[in-house]
Amino acid sequence: MSTLVSPIYLDNAATTPVDPRVLEAMIPYFTNKMGNAASRNHPFGWAAEDAVDLARTQIANLIGASSPKEIIFTSGATEADNLGLKGVADMYARRGNHIITTVTEHKAVIDTCKMLQKKGVDVTFLEVNEKGMITPEQVRAAMTPKTILVSIMMVNNELGVRQPIEEIAKVTHEGGALFMTDGTQAVGKIPVDVNAMGIDLMAFTAHKMYGPKGVGALYVRRKRPRVKVTAQMDGGGHERGMRSGTLNVPGIVGFGKAAELCALDMEKDHAHVSKLRDKLEAAFLEMEEVYLNGDPDARTPYISNLSFKYVEGEGLMMGFNQEIAVSSGSACTSASLEPSYVLKALGLDDELAHSSIRFSFSRFTTEEQVDYAIEKVRKSVERMRELSPLWEMYQEGIDTSTIEWAAH
Amino acid sequence: MSIYLDNAATTPLSAEVLAAMLPYMKVHYGNPSSIHMIGRKARTAVERARRSIADCLQASVGEIFFTSGGTESNNLALKGAVRDLGVRHIITSELEHHCVLHTVEMLEKAYGVKKYFVSQSEKGHLDLTSLEQLLQDLSNKDGQVLVSLMHGNNEIGNLLDLDAVSIMCQNYGALFHTDTVQTFGFYPIDVQKTKVHFLTGSGHKLHGPKGVGFLYINDEINIQPNMLGGSQERNMRAGTENVYGIVGLAKAATLAHEQIVENEAYISDLKHYLMEELQQMIPDVQFNGDPSGRSTCKVLNVAFPANKESELLLLHLDIAGICASGGSACSSGVDVGSHVINALQLDNNSINIRFSFSKYNTKEELNILLEKLKTILKINTLDTKTI
Repeated sequence: MSTLVSPIYLDNAATTPVDPRVLEAMIPYFTNKMGNAASRNHPFGWAAEDAVDLARTQIANLIGASSPKEIIFTSGATEADNLGLKGVADMYARRGNHIITTVTEHKAVIDTCKMLQKKGVDVTFLEVNEKGMITPEQVRAAMTPKTILVSIMMVNNELGVRQPIEEIAKVTHEGGALFMTDGTQAVGKIPVDVNAMGIDLMAFTAHKMYGPKGVGALYVRRKRPRVKVTAQMDGGGHERGMRSGTLNVPGIVGFGKAAELCALDMEKDHAHVSKLRDKLEAAFLEMEEVYLNGDPDARTPYISNLSFKYVEGEGLMMGFNQEIAVSSGSACTSASLEPSYVLKALGLDDELAHSSIRFSFSRFTTEEQVDYAIEKVRKSVERMRELSPLWEMYQEGIDTSTIEWAAH
Repeated sequence: MSIYLDNAATTPLSAEVLAAMLPYMKVHYGNPSSIHMIGRKARTAVERARRSIADCLQASVGEIFFTSGGTESNNLALKGAVRDLGVRHIITSELEHHCVLHTVEMLEKAYGVKKYFVSQSEKGHLDLTSLEQLLQDLSNKDGQVLVSLMHGNNEIGNLLDLDAVSIMCQNYGALFHTDTVQTFGFYPIDVQKTKVHFLTGSGHKLHGPKGVGFLYINDEINIQPNMLGGSQERNMRAGTENVYGIVGLAKAATLAHEQIVENEAYISDLKHYLMEELQQMIPDVQFNGDPSGRSTCKVLNVAFPANKESELLLLHLDIAGICASGGSACSSGVDVGSHVINALQLDNNSINIRFSFSKYNTKEELNILLEKLKTILKINTLDTKTI
């Protein structure tokens, strides 16, 4: 059967389809096992609690956590990022008030850090190099005796670059601070081991790994060191007092199942996606004036960010919007017409940043779909370039970057 | 076969709600913030759901904000009011849900907010004269006043006179937040007629999904988000929308409002039937709250006379396949007794059990419950009948 059902979905960094096996696991918790996990007096409550415990174990296993108790369920990665950052800032306020992060983090981290700045927390936003990378030395240089937390994402959501977080965590610990990472684009896709990597807190979510939307988690280390965060949502004291609110049992069950499947299929998925990514990139990079964004040597295969120079990205997307679903940046900012702040941080000018497209893959993406996308995108780029005076000038050997345009 | 009488803790999902949700996991799985077709499909569903919820309350769509549930909504309303609206005094009651009480405690500590409790009667009704007195006393003080009172109590079922409180708040220029988690979809609320500033609702108490709720925020006021990092919910609540959950919440709310009168009548009948049968069976049985007065149809909190047989009643009921509760489900872990029942300062040491009903319960189920109770409590039916 053809997999060319339109539109072809290559925006899996925004969200992934729910795996049918995940949905199957969830269904009973919508229907006959519908209890509240906090109901202590009857089997419906116990069944819900058991299911939540199993999911906690499945997720703990996926990330190499020492205990399922280290998993605090939230409504998603954004809430987990908020809880981790604000929770540490509140809990460790007596020890210090300095947080180090980067300019290419997800908005959930950046906006939360900016809010903390207003409350008097000192935040250092580290710049990335032209490949989107941070070095451990940068972190070391930014550390002060007041530093309580370093929060650096594992895999960037727009570029797919993977930061050297093991080394960064080591430097962080040498400076006496806690290390947090936003693992949203990494967990379930590449091996993550919180102990081997030295992670103290990690935010991640189900809907980027074939689980449902509306559920995520914050990993909070319990031993060496015992990390605590101040709750940001007060109430019944669920989740060891760190996050109140009736647990989203079916969502959590789906998250757990998704984690189990990712652990089982990780190598297979990785090989599959790598092959597709390589094919797509090879085809596009063969074209003139197409550039790959992000460090090619430190990436996950799930995301490919390419700039098609002399083509306006949003316009390009219009060209194949009906057939192919991609993104010009992160979904959370795609309604805005501003060029991606991540690409700008790499030093791309507005024009090149505007000509960029993020392709992101999943275990469900097929070679047939990728072939189709290559063909469609290539044709659209060619057509748009034919209409572009800049492209014409480039072809005639004029360096468009040196032209001084007259105001009118 | 179990009989589920713990619908104040959570309700079974309706089949129609599940059917409405499934396509948003299977086919329309997009991120609503994505501008491509798959994303736009999800966006349309979220906005349609917002319209449905707004219609249930006669609110405008711009006043509905989706959250992860009642707890988050209550946190957002209370913290936003203090942080952004100059609230320095919060009037609430000892009978509120923990997520309101604990949030207010946090605000006392972190922001120096002053807390005041409206007094209540033995039957669990809030004393509106005491509320008015508080409002009057505070009207001379600096700082905005917020009244946060739930519509239907989750443990004893008492209903607040929303209109009266709303008018009182307007008279004294106070903001009004109400937690309607137990009543939204069961009792009509029209925000055009009953002015509130914040109103909290949740999906899983009205046969919708867990993990989703909403906060109504009156157009007249403006607060900042608690959760940052994305422009979702018009900058009021960052985070990828729980699309299937939002669709399910809206479907459940629409269904509930379509049959609001019938459902109330049916569930009310169940409650009164159980009350009467219990009174027949156990002459000295009592009820906490005011179940024959101003009270929701959903909850019946029974005070069984304490004796050898009733001591482990909840456990025995469970063994007999009856699911009920000793209080709110949310006070996870340690059994310290119900803060609501304790606040009523009743002079008895009864065994308190909350039975809570839904439209899916039947009289046959209640008859089984009554039979089981007779066995557990060793009641000789013949004797009681002949006396």
